[in-house]
Amino acid sequence: MNTLRQLKVGTHAIVRQIETSTVVGQRLLALGVVPGTKICVTKIAPLGDPMAIEFNGCNVSLRRQEAEGVFVEMES
Amino acid sequence: MNEDTKPQAITIGVVGNPNTGKTSLFNRLTGLRQRIGNYPGITVERKQGTAFLENKAVTLIDLPGTYSLASNSPDEEVVLDVLCGQMAKEQPIDLVLCVVDTSNLQRNLFLATQIADLGLPMVIALNMWDEAESNGVDLDINQISTQLGVPCVATNAKKGTGVKTLQKVLQEALETQPRLNKTIWPKSVEDATDYLRDAIGEKHNLSDAHLRRILFDAESSLTDKLGWTDVSKKHFLTEARQFLLQDGLNPLAAEALLQYKHIEKLLKGVDRKSVVRNQRTESIDRILMHRGWGLIVFGALMYLVFQSVYSWSGPFMDVIDDGIGWLQGSVGSLLTNTPVLQSFITDGVIGGIGAFLIFLPQILILFFFVALLEDSGYMARAAFLMDKLFSWCGLNGKSFVPMLSSYACAIPGIMAARTIENPRARLATVLIAPLISCSARLPVYVLFIGAFIEPRYGPWWAGFTLFAMHLLGILLSFPISWILTRFVVKTKSSPFVLELPPYRAPKLNDVLHRMYLRGMDFLKTAGTIIFAMTILVWATLYFPRPEKVSQETTQSFVTELSADRSISVEQANTLLQAKTEESDALREDLNLAIENAYVSQSYLGRVGKFLQPIFSPAGYDWKITLGVMSSFPAREVIISTMGIIYRIGDADEESESLRHAMAKQKWDNGPRKGQPIFTIPTVLSILIFFALCQQCAATVGVIAQEIGWKWAVFSFSYMTILAWVLAVATYQIGMLLL
Repeated sequence: MNTLRQLKVGTHAIVRQIETSTVVGQRLLALGVVPGTKICVTKIAPLGDPMAIEFNGCNVSLRRQEAEGVFVEMES
Repeated sequence: MNEDTKPQAITIGVVGNPNTGKTSLFNRLTGLRQRIGNYPGITVERKQGTAFLENKAVTLIDLPGTYSLASNSPDEEVVLDVLCGQMAKEQPIDLVLCVVDTSNLQRNLFLATQIADLGLPMVIALNMWDEAESNGVDLDINQISTQLGVPCVATNAKKGTGVKTLQKVLQEALETQPRLNKTIWPKSVEDATDYLRDAIGEKHNLSDAHLRRILFDAESSLTDKLGWTDVSKKHFLTEARQFLLQDGLNPLAAEALLQYKHIEKLLKGVDRKSVVRNQRTESIDRILMHRGWGLIVFGALMYLVFQSVYSWSGPFMDVIDDGIGWLQGSVGSLLTNTPVLQSFITDGVIGGIGAFLIFLPQILILFFFVALLEDSGYMARAAFLMDKLFSWCGLNGKSFVPMLSSYACAIPGIMAARTIENPRARLATVLIAPLISCSARLPVYVLFIGAFIEPRYGPWWAGFTLFAMHLLGILLSFPISWILTRFVVKTKSSPFVLELPPYRAPKLNDVLHRMYLRGMDFLKTAGTIIFAMTILVWATLYFPRPEKVSQETTQSFVTELSADRSISVEQANTLLQAKTEESDALREDLNLAIENAYVSQSYLGRVGKFLQPIFSPAGYDWKITLGVMSSFPAREVIISTMGIIYRIGDADEESESLRHAMAKQKWDNGPRKGQPIFTIPTVLSILIFFALCQQCAATVGVIAQEIGWKWAVFSFSYMTILAWVLAVATYQIGMLLL
């Protein structure tokens, strides 16, 4: 399975699993990034980090290292 | 306590996610009847106001904006503690007003369901209702109210629509106590909380909701308060979570999964476009977050912010400065008969008021822009663009504005660090901000570079030195932050999961309101500290003041004069009393000599002499040391102190006579007797000391206000030690090379 970090800008994916023991994982869950949520990487900052993601109409900035705890499946 | 929190006063807690217009609505309900401060012992802002419902006045508490009650940050802890009635000195909450962004119901209701779980009655304000409608969402407020089980009111805090209805509904809700339809927890969760209740024992009287927080949260601050050892904590939590695992639930994800499923049910049939696209925000972001244009716009905006704080505040500061000067002059002239009182009132009291008032223009201007940047939604983008530069050393993208402002002055810069949500990054930003070369250092650089570098090495090297001095602090600030966040600051870090909210037009009233509250907070808290410090410094420089110092100085002055001119002592005395221009100059010289004598034997002066051996390895004689000591309250003071010590009188950084006097100084004893004191290594050593040392009482005061006295003392100490070490190193290496 891919992690969110590996997604290219503009690709859509579905969240399958989240690393829940980290504070980041907990925060993402609270924001509604639960398994089954559609997610999309919309931008990567000019310096290469962080990335902007979109889910349920919400735009959030996430450091790429933090995105490693989000496992996704590409949407075909 | 004060009149706003009389016992029995009804208290309504205002909660909501960040970026929901919560504060805007709070302002609508309370107007200017607000006070801000901090919760005791922590750096979370406390905001309280009085609102008039239909026929009664109630207290409103604007709680920090959070996404969840999981106590992963001080903000979240405060919200949980206040709602549970466990915050010291806080009234229990009678009713919750939950402010929700209508375009994002699902996410916003997560917090609402958590609060409902605590058993509190609630009213929901569906804020920015019209924004959702214009995005094509078709909502029926009655349907939502019925399904949620609590009254919902459509509002637009910016325009003020729905506020009247909200007041009425809040009033009714105080009677009817409406409660949100709660999640029914599966049996495994109940078994787990029962287990925890037994494990914790009677001592801590915790509600089911509390026990669920301990169960669900990875690192709950509640768990830390139970007094468990690490081993028993791990044991009890593993045992309790076993109930969930057996039920096929991931304990750390269970709450989100179950609550979001519950929310799904609550919103059944309610129109929620699965993705509410905000076209306008998307097209603005195509430019503002573009890797080329985005950075250009960012640079331009930041330049504007910097210019405003650095230059536009100038005229206002001049007015304050002139006003204080005028007041000192006119009050002083009334008190000429009582010199001690005169000095106390003019230099101590009036000077002390001026010492904090002078920062007000920069603070107000900076917070005007900070509020604009935040309310428009741009601040989060700026942090997104810049984060990479800061993340490696424990800071984050939001450290940019505080650090930039610190080039003008560390006071507004440190206050702007409030915009940083992550407590660890905020602390680190406050601690490094004073390293950045503020505008008060400029006159010191100009004086020494102009007097010694430029005449010897020419304008190119002078310019280079000036530039290097401005770069030194910021270059050191990153590695220092790296060290501080790794080894010193124990505060928990929070993730850089930053919402990029839709762009919205800021409301001028809210912006001005924020500026006003920030200014008042500064005057009341930091202002008091700075004032007290100024009085203290005045006293240590003024006392002791025995009459004989003046007499002795006059005598030796006269003796010297008679020797210089080969005249008798009587003739010298007569010359001093004469009404000629020459005698005027002599008398002025004598007054300076007396002032100098008093300063050198004052308490601070004695400390300076006592500490001279410490500064000797940096190449300073006792006069420079005294200058350095006297400039701890405010670094630019060294110039006027030098003026007194070298008997120039009123000196500024461009003063030729001061430059000449300094160049003429020679060692009067020791191994370097007869050699000039101000050599290039000494000058560089002074420059570096002033670039890095925290010689600013106001900065110490504002750090104490923002993050507490402990850190204020730490900040002062580490910067002083750093400055001393590098100054000594510069001098010693310089002496070897030159």
